Amino acid sequence: MTTPLLQIRNLHVRLEDDPSVEIIKGIDLTIMPGEVHSIMGPNGSGKSTLAQVLAGKEDYEITEGEILFNGQDLTELGPDERANSGIFLAFQYPVEIPGVSAMQFLKAAVNAKRAFEGQNELDAGALLKHFRAKAEQINVPFEMLKRNVNEGFSGGEKKRFEIFQMAVLDSVLGILDESDSGLDIDALRIVADGVNSMRDGRRSFLVITHYQRLLNYIVPDHVHVLVNGRIVKSGGKELALELEEKGYRPFGVNESAVAGAGA
Amino acid sequence: MTNLMDKPVSMLDVPVPAGPAWLEAYRSRARSRFPGFPTLRDEAWRYTNITPILETPFQPAISAARDVSADDVQHVRVPELDSSLLVFVNGRYRADLSDADELGKGVVSLPLHEAVRSHAELLEEHLGTASGEHEDPFTTLNDAMVSDGLFVHVSDGARPDRPIEVLSIATRTAEPVASHPRNLVVVGKEARATVLEHYVTLDDDAVYLNNAVTELIAAPSATVEHYLLERESERAFNISTLAIRQAAESVVHSHTVLLGGRIVRNNVTPVLAGERAHCLINGLYVGHREQHLDNAMRVRHAAPQCESRQYYKGIMNDRSRGVFTGRIVVDKIAQKTDAIQSNRNMLLSDDARVNARPQLEIYADDVRCTHGATTGRVDDEAVFYFMSRGLSEPVARAMLVYAFAAEGFDRMELVPVRRLLAAEMIDKLPMARGLSIEV
Repeated sequence: MTTPLLQIRNLHVRLEDDPSVEIIKGIDLTIMPGEVHSIMGPNGSGKSTLAQVLAGKEDYEITEGEILFNGQDLTELGPDERANSGIFLAFQYPVEIPGVSAMQFLKAAVNAKRAFEGQNELDAGALLKHFRAKAEQINVPFEMLKRNVNEGFSGGEKKRFEIFQMAVLDSVLGILDESDSGLDIDALRIVADGVNSMRDGRRSFLVITHYQRLLNYIVPDHVHVLVNGRIVKSGGKELALELEEKGYRPFGVNESAVAGAGA
Repeated sequence: MTNLMDKPVSMLDVPVPAGPAWLEAYRSRARSRFPGFPTLRDEAWRYTNITPILETPFQPAISAARDVSADDVQHVRVPELDSSLLVFVNGRYRADLSDADELGKGVVSLPLHEAVRSHAELLEEHLGTASGEHEDPFTTLNDAMVSDGLFVHVSDGARPDRPIEVLSIATRTAEPVASHPRNLVVVGKEARATVLEHYVTLDDDAVYLNNAVTELIAAPSATVEHYLLERESERAFNISTLAIRQAAESVVHSHTVLLGGRIVRNNVTPVLAGERAHCLINGLYVGHREQHLDNAMRVRHAAPQCESRQYYKGIMNDRSRGVFTGRIVVDKIAQKTDAIQSNRNMLLSDDARVNARPQLEIYADDVRCTHGATTGRVDDEAVFYFMSRGLSEPVARAMLVYAFAAEGFDRMELVPVRRLLAAEMIDKLPMARGLSIEV
């Protein structure tokens, strides 16, 4: 039997600073190698929190349940160990870092992963070759690597650079946190093409989005509807179309009432 | 100010070698106008308590407990910088360790004590002309003690073929030594020069005072780049004053990096005295443990259409304290002044502190002056971003702190200086050990 890549069982999460706020109220989710899952939900449903919890952000406390990655418990690992194990979070708002070039950043990241795996550092030549190949695959101008991390990047450039980083790090689970937000259709298509170029039957993706639009380009195997910290419905890709048509109202959500509550 | 009773007198009573009559007169005028040492009640010294300096029983430069070798010099000078080198050890010029060859036509670069004999007229003409702009007790003290340092004169249109590096090396001595280095740099019309003041120690526990004054006089259309690299012992005191006087269309860049010292005061006081002069004041202070690093900028626009840029950054760890006072004075005549001042600080511990004071004094009506001061911490969101790419928390933090400082290094022309500073800074940040950075 194949081991699931990611297995979430009865996950409960609350805010560390305010334990009275429970955001995730019992989620079960199993992602097999090669699968693309999408989590769709209205604002405030907990979908971005789930992404951050998977990546290891410290602002949250897991009160119940477990997260297994390749059969191993993740919850005690720091964000860096999770990344080096193969988890990649594509940020909704990638952080601008003046003073650190994208090249320097990626060299450090690649070599951190290699050190984690007990491999020697790659030399500058091998790294450059690797970066060039991935830049071509993801359709990222190589010049982008000479700029500071995300500094002055357009919305589309930032999202493309995220996908490029995942390719460079050769992560096996990509968590895309609203990668479609703020993108026009052309930028969206480039991001989706980058993701699709990495689908190889081994890598999996968890695509988090509010809208169905992105799923026209990254076609999921499974769609889950997240409302108020719980998965209320799961289905195939047709579920996304159903949501597009009817909105989240059938799930008891009055969008305007929760809009702006934050994710 | 405290009066001249008690210990401060002893610092004035230290004998200095006799000089020509004009120099004796210069010293004697300074003695008589010395106002006493500042206290916390003086506005300009409000955040810097100099009592530990006054309580130290200083001696004049005396023979060192150990000799300094040529190898030591190679070890501490800026690596891979092909500079003309003047070496002072505990305040005394060391010809044997210096490498001050000819720098090309029209360029004079000498220890000041030699210039007193060989270039008396130039010295008499210029000494005190830039530093007299803004009276400061330590500058006056230096005036009273003028005896050695660097003298540079670049004739109109000339340019030295190398940067000039004044390397002040301190070692452990039986009694604490007080030195008063005096540098005078005169750069002629359309001439260029690069000067580094470099303070280092061979003994981390050496106690001493360097009270240095550098006067930089830029003729019309001259271009001057000045560096102050302060790597003193953390038990030492350093008061450095850079007094700049700029004629029309001159360009002066000042780069200051404070790394060492127990109590450090860094004064930079440019006067933009000719139209369309441009001045850049770039600085970084990195403190840890109990260090106290005080920066006092006073930029005076005394002519129309000049530009000044102040970019100072502080990184403070442990219980260290940083001070930044940035004053911009715009004279009534200085219309179309364009002045920018920015001071940004990063605190790495709960006990580190920074006092930032922007001060504008504007008498002209058609000017553009902007200033901003911020104090913050390493951005947690950025740390998480780096960690989510596999970097450990210490490396993530180190890269972010380094990145904060790197902007200042990028403004420096001399790449070997950038490399040295990057390495020194990484050395000083406990979380950054092992970080490799390309500069």
